[in-house]
Amino acid sequence: MRYSFLSLLRNGLSGQSGWKPAWRDASPKPSYDVIIVGGGGHGLATAYYLASQHGIRNVAVIEKGYIGSGNAGRNTTIIRSNYLLPGNEPFYEFSMKLWEGLEQELNYNAMVSQRGILNLYHSDAQRDAYARRGNAMRLNGADSELLDTEGVRAMYPFLDFANARFPIRGGLLQRRAGTARHDAVVWGYARGADRLGVDIIQNCEVTGLIREGDVVTGVQTTCGEIRAGKVGLAVAGSSSKLAAMAGMRLPIESHVLQAFVSEGLKPLIDGVITFGAGHFYISQSDKGGLVFGGDIDGYNSYAQRGNLPVVEDVCEGGMALMPRIGRLRLLRMWGGIMDMSMDGSPIIDHAPLPGLYLNAGWCYGGFKATPASGWCFAHLLAKDEPHATGTAFRLDRFRTGHLIDEKGVGAQPNLH
Amino acid sequence: MRIPCPYCGARDAHEFAYLGDATVTRPDPSAADAPAAFHDYVYLRDNPAGVHQELWYHANGCRRWVTVTRDTRTHAISSAVFTRSGS
Repeated sequence: MRYSFLSLLRNGLSGQSGWKPAWRDASPKPSYDVIIVGGGGHGLATAYYLASQHGIRNVAVIEKGYIGSGNAGRNTTIIRSNYLLPGNEPFYEFSMKLWEGLEQELNYNAMVSQRGILNLYHSDAQRDAYARRGNAMRLNGADSELLDTEGVRAMYPFLDFANARFPIRGGLLQRRAGTARHDAVVWGYARGADRLGVDIIQNCEVTGLIREGDVVTGVQTTCGEIRAGKVGLAVAGSSSKLAAMAGMRLPIESHVLQAFVSEGLKPLIDGVITFGAGHFYISQSDKGGLVFGGDIDGYNSYAQRGNLPVVEDVCEGGMALMPRIGRLRLLRMWGGIMDMSMDGSPIIDHAPLPGLYLNAGWCYGGFKATPASGWCFAHLLAKDEPHATGTAFRLDRFRTGHLIDEKGVGAQPNLH
Repeated sequence: MRIPCPYCGARDAHEFAYLGDATVTRPDPSAADAPAAFHDYVYLRDNPAGVHQELWYHANGCRRWVTVTRDTRTHAISSAVFTRSGS
């Protein structure tokens, strides 16, 4: 069923009885052309673009829980393309353009809201760095504006401009950035892929890879063996576990990242604000809660919950930025498992074994990349060569020295 | 999370700094395969979901390095010993 004003009207008049499930709960066939392991945003987007852009429709997405139950449901929903490096910015700007047409393309309300992101700077050196980043964004077709203190004050007068240690000198604004409804992105891609014939298989965990010699020819799952011409892994957080089934060690550590939402408030923040002197980012959901987060906890973890020191650290960042949130109560907090790659950038590449493909290492920047990640991974799976915007995300860059060192934190994930 | 420091007793993880996997060892820089060995040493990790040996430095305590064996799924710590005994 196509969602439209007419379908709303028709179902409104018939007691909402005509709605059908948005996707089938498929059971696995013996074999597929392509199997995508991982039913998050990236996996479902990959399946959707395989079917819609490359005509490969004999595809299954295998998810160990329910779709969107991992990091796709655990992020702070920010979309943006304010990167610096040539390996990154074209990719993220491509993603931003896909976000802008996503709802029409999928016929699904993903609540994409281009409310703008403002990265604050607090020193002359940081202003210079942000000016450079803004110029790099413009060179790659993105939008950016460098604001001074008064420009920021006009947008958010309640920030702590006179903070003794980190006074706000201005900010780098990307107006086309914003937020999207994370679950709806998953559901929209799932519905789009399902309508093109993709099987979405939930509650089915991959327990091993089927190999003939070195060639990967399928997966063993809790629902039995499933054969495939190609197997793509899109399981950020668990990439090392799946890679170990192929005898691989990855340049990745799994770390927990916490996020928070406050009690609901009247409209207070109409965009996304990031604190430049610490790691803190905040926006307000359409329900009114302030959604914010900060750094990873900083130790290897597969537990989807964090510890208190980082809670304190994040809240200190918030208080330094906008002291008026000090009396707010937290409604919920949660943790997700991040694939922390050793240079802070993702991997979309062939695995060393023929038939196996890898989409991993998204650190805590995966949500904004969902459309372009799916697009590039589908391109790689269909054509066996990387998409033009994803050529830098190679697995062997750690061996060759072509790191994508966006934040200058080097090889230690615990420095992020 | 509390870490049982062998010298100070159980202390909040906040007092410690984390270095990471304790099982990787620095290769011999003069060996013929040193570039490949250093790639593995610097970048590749087992990253297990389960028992993990890791290095913590008790920065706000006794300032000793502690090798902690912890389950990365539950944070349950099964052992914590000084990284170099007798030093």
